Amino acid sequence: MRDPRRRSREQFEAAAIPRNRCARYIGGVPKISSPKISFPEISSSKTSSSKPASRRASLPEPSGSPQHPALPAAFAAWFAERGWAPRPHQLALLAAAQAGRSALLVAPTGAGKTLAGFLPTLVELAEGSGKGGLHTLYISPLKALAVDIARNLEAPVAGIGLEQRIRIETRTGDTPSHKRSRQVARPPHILLTTPEQLALLVAHREAADLFRGLKRVVLDELHALVTSKRGDLLSLGLARLHRLAPGLAMTGLSATVREPDALRRYLVPQVPQPAMADLITVQGGARADLRMLETGRTLPLAGHTAWQSMPAVYDLIRQHKLVLVFVNTRLQAEYTFQELWNLNDDGLPIALHHGSLDATQRRRVEAAMAAGVLRAVVCTATLDLGIDWGDVDLVINIGAPKGASRIMQRIGRANHRMDEPSKAYLVPANRFEMLECRAALDAVEEAAQDTPDPRIGALDVLAQHVLGMACAGPFGEEDLYDEVRAASPYADLTRDDFLLVLDYVATGGYALRAYERFAKILRGPDGLWRVRDARTAQQYRMNVGTIIESTTVKVRLARRNRTKPGSVLPAGGRVLGEIEEDFAETLTVGDTFLFAGEILRFEGLHEDEALVTRGPPGSDPAIPSYAGSKFPLSTFLAARVRALIADPFEWDRLPAQVADYLVQQRRRSVLPGPRDLLVETFPRANRYYLACFPFEGRLAHQTLGMLLTRRLERAGMRPLGFAANDYGLAVFGNRDLSERIGREPGFLDGLFAQDMLGDDLEEWLDESAMMKRTFRQCAVIAGLIERRHPGQRKTGRQVTISTDLIYDVLRKHQPGHLLLRAARQDAATGLLDVARLGVMLARIQGRIIHKALDRVSPLSVNVMLEIGRERVYGEGADEILAEAEAALLDEALA
Amino acid sequence: MALPLKLEKTHKTPGATLAGETLAFDLSGGLWLPEHRTLVVSDLHLEKGSAFAARSGQFLPPYDTRETLASLHEAVARLDPARLVCLGDSFHDAQGPARLDVADRALIAALQDGRDWVWISGNHDRAVQDGIGGCFADTLTIGGLTLRHEPAAKPEIGEVAGHFHPVGKVAMRGRAVRRRCFVLDGTRLVMPAFGALTGGLNVRSETFDKLFPGGFTAHLIGDGRVFAIARTMLTRD
Repeated sequence: MRDPRRRSREQFEAAAIPRNRCARYIGGVPKISSPKISFPEISSSKTSSSKPASRRASLPEPSGSPQHPALPAAFAAWFAERGWAPRPHQLALLAAAQAGRSALLVAPTGAGKTLAGFLPTLVELAEGSGKGGLHTLYISPLKALAVDIARNLEAPVAGIGLEQRIRIETRTGDTPSHKRSRQVARPPHILLTTPEQLALLVAHREAADLFRGLKRVVLDELHALVTSKRGDLLSLGLARLHRLAPGLAMTGLSATVREPDALRRYLVPQVPQPAMADLITVQGGARADLRMLETGRTLPLAGHTAWQSMPAVYDLIRQHKLVLVFVNTRLQAEYTFQELWNLNDDGLPIALHHGSLDATQRRRVEAAMAAGVLRAVVCTATLDLGIDWGDVDLVINIGAPKGASRIMQRIGRANHRMDEPSKAYLVPANRFEMLECRAALDAVEEAAQDTPDPRIGALDVLAQHVLGMACAGPFGEEDLYDEVRAASPYADLTRDDFLLVLDYVATGGYALRAYERFAKILRGPDGLWRVRDARTAQQYRMNVGTIIESTTVKVRLARRNRTKPGSVLPAGGRVLGEIEEDFAETLTVGDTFLFAGEILRFEGLHEDEALVTRGPPGSDPAIPSYAGSKFPLSTFLAARVRALIADPFEWDRLPAQVADYLVQQRRRSVLPGPRDLLVETFPRANRYYLACFPFEGRLAHQTLGMLLTRRLERAGMRPLGFAANDYGLAVFGNRDLSERIGREPGFLDGLFAQDMLGDDLEEWLDESAMMKRTFRQCAVIAGLIERRHPGQRKTGRQVTISTDLIYDVLRKHQPGHLLLRAARQDAATGLLDVARLGVMLARIQGRIIHKALDRVSPLSVNVMLEIGRERVYGEGADEILAEAEAALLDEALA
Repeated sequence: MALPLKLEKTHKTPGATLAGETLAFDLSGGLWLPEHRTLVVSDLHLEKGSAFAARSGQFLPPYDTRETLASLHEAVARLDPARLVCLGDSFHDAQGPARLDVADRALIAALQDGRDWVWISGNHDRAVQDGIGGCFADTLTIGGLTLRHEPAAKPEIGEVAGHFHPVGKVAMRGRAVRRRCFVLDGTRLVMPAFGALTGGLNVRSETFDKLFPGGFTAHLIGDGRVFAIARTMLTRD
């Protein structure tokens, strides 16, 4: 018998989304500016050293009588027709542009940022100052956003009567190649594109002609662009643009960030001397109406599913028009979607949106949101940024918030009018997450930000860029070095490092000069570097970009083989999306798991596809969708959580069950002070455990776990493995740790001594699987290993040679190689979070509180529950092999 | 755990036998035939790095040849074989010998000095027939053993081959260990690849089901010794 709810969902998916209607709908909505109701505060500051302070006078008055000296009549009329008025920050940006200055606009969502960014361009083009040719380049982190903005520009352009005079086009990975060639030969006035496309454009042989007349670059969601290697690549592309188009002005659009100065530097050349773009800030808007969802039900000590809260979440969906339900991982999204549909007696249209789903399915969900036919969308970070697909009136964040800025960004997805409060709920999934939610509420209340620090430009990205510049045309060493240092992430690049990168690009950068005759770039008698041949340039173009996708396999619905019951045919079915190869590997035939909102039965791997059939209705998926957050807890929230725990006077602000839990912990063990590290040791089921709670995020804890395991191994404590989560970690082994710590004063201090970040770290890094993964990314970005090769089919599984082996050989024979340095630099901040661990170890010196217990404490239960759930990291491959061998022996003797 | 673990470095496993011959699986990845004082190594793939640089512009570290020869040197110094057999695909391509670095060429000459040296030809290096010392052959018979690069279609008692670069993967308690291995049933042996930049094929793939229709034991090369592991304990990639 079929489950009626399942049927209703299928009907909905198949029929309820009127595709053509949505397209019209999106096209006709001017979403860029919202109606005038009240003006927000505006402040602007200019501290750029090189320019005279008197320019301040040219900014419009912050508020009061709207003057638009710079606004042409057609524009003023367009605003007036709608009953709107240009906002002060829109005019301020216009004034900066007319003075030829770069500027950063920091504003909350709903402030009309995008129109502000384009207004100067539209005004200039309307006045006819663009003689034809490319005038403005718009760059966004998402190609969908670029396409959306292009659509949204149609309304004002038509309203002002410019549609005959301004050509606006997009260029993304999906743009057909004939159109791309035409865009270079006959460029539009405004081109909307992505960082990867910019890299390709500046590496084009015609780049100099294309960009000579460029007046402005608008960088949207700049705060999101600059935090990754993508931002490094973009900064290098912008540095080239500054050189090709002297007098070019940048406009950065950003949400509120902790350090706007870093973004201001990013926008302008840092040579001949450091400089910053102007800053225009729009204050707050309405305060968000943010609460923690309290259902009165007892939450578990660990786990991320939040199933206890699902009925309450469902009720909220019923009471609102359109709800975005954010979760942290794809598996959580699948689980939440499934649970909501189990409760969905009203048959509400609830959809699912995450990065692993097939793109057409995602587009349909987005269109349905915009058309107003959905009541809720369960989504991951894929909807964090940018596009307003519909009139969202509530945001629900399930699970830990992880960072204050992240949660504010998500809240901002609701109610895109800055003068009305956004409404949002935080839904903790366990008692620790209640602490984290409380800390996040406090942070949002204070509008405190925890956006990441500015980056130091990665060397692997620079290597990619250098090859691209050789593809564009001959370059001189000195010229390119100066140009690269104009990009703020590379402002401190030494000449030696630059030359190392150049050598790497040419011949691989090996001490053994084996590849001179195969060099990719060559220096001619004129001293200029040139690309070797057209094939090398083609290889560059095929491998551009910094986003290394994890290897995935397609999930295909298989058809049952009618002639052979119980078997399936490998072809013919629909592709549902993609899953990580790592996950696919853990499946055996017959396993059921959640994907695309359905329970699927795994039928086997066929070539690079996972074949599945629909699982029996009403059954529970066998593979648990546990998965914590992939975002580590921010340092800032961690400190707040520690402070909350340490201060009993704060506990009455916590849900009673969390306060009780902390009271229990204080009774059975101890509660650490905000700067202390609590270490508990206890026996359990023939093993001995050490649990500690640094609150530094999962990545730092995994690194710490590896290092502690190493040291315990050397101390003869026979550790077997460890498990870590965002709050702490537990190491377990065969020897009594309480006894050893009691017997040997200083043992624990030695275990956590700062010098573990020296040799121990180096030694471990050498063998670390995470380090190898990091190295692989650097090797691909820097072009040592190609993702794609001319003549090969397009797939992510193209790396035919094991980067692990390359890593091993390289570190043995040339440990100082450029790519190993790049990987170590990444490790310090990325996967291993060594930098954060270092700060923590310094903090806890002399502040370790040890408690030897008879059994697991309330606090430790949380991390103990990760064992066997999270992957257990540990050492001693031979112990694993010996155990497998023993099984053979048992088999032989049985 | 009842089984006493011996994790100190012992280079040999308790011998397996094939066609009446004693086999010792060396930690280096070589096969030691003590009764014949013969060391067999398979799939060296020398000059693989430079082959990539020449053909596709991917500059893999040029240290693979040095690394492979260093491992071989270590095993030779320890075992002092009277005869050394390279079981095919000794070079990654036919131009490999020509691209050899002077120092690497000298290393090979030093290894060949004072012992018999046989290059069995493989699919990658069939065109290499001289100029690198030693003698060349397609198959070689040693006692009851027949040595060739690629396993024959039909199982042949006493066959020792390479070509497939077998690796085994053990997954336990959420950890996975993936290592090169010797694959053996009562009839034939497939050797692991010896080269530093050679990847591997999981022994749970169909290829090995066909080669060993009655199942096999894999001898995985650990950090300190070689471990005999039943097929049922091994997982797919």
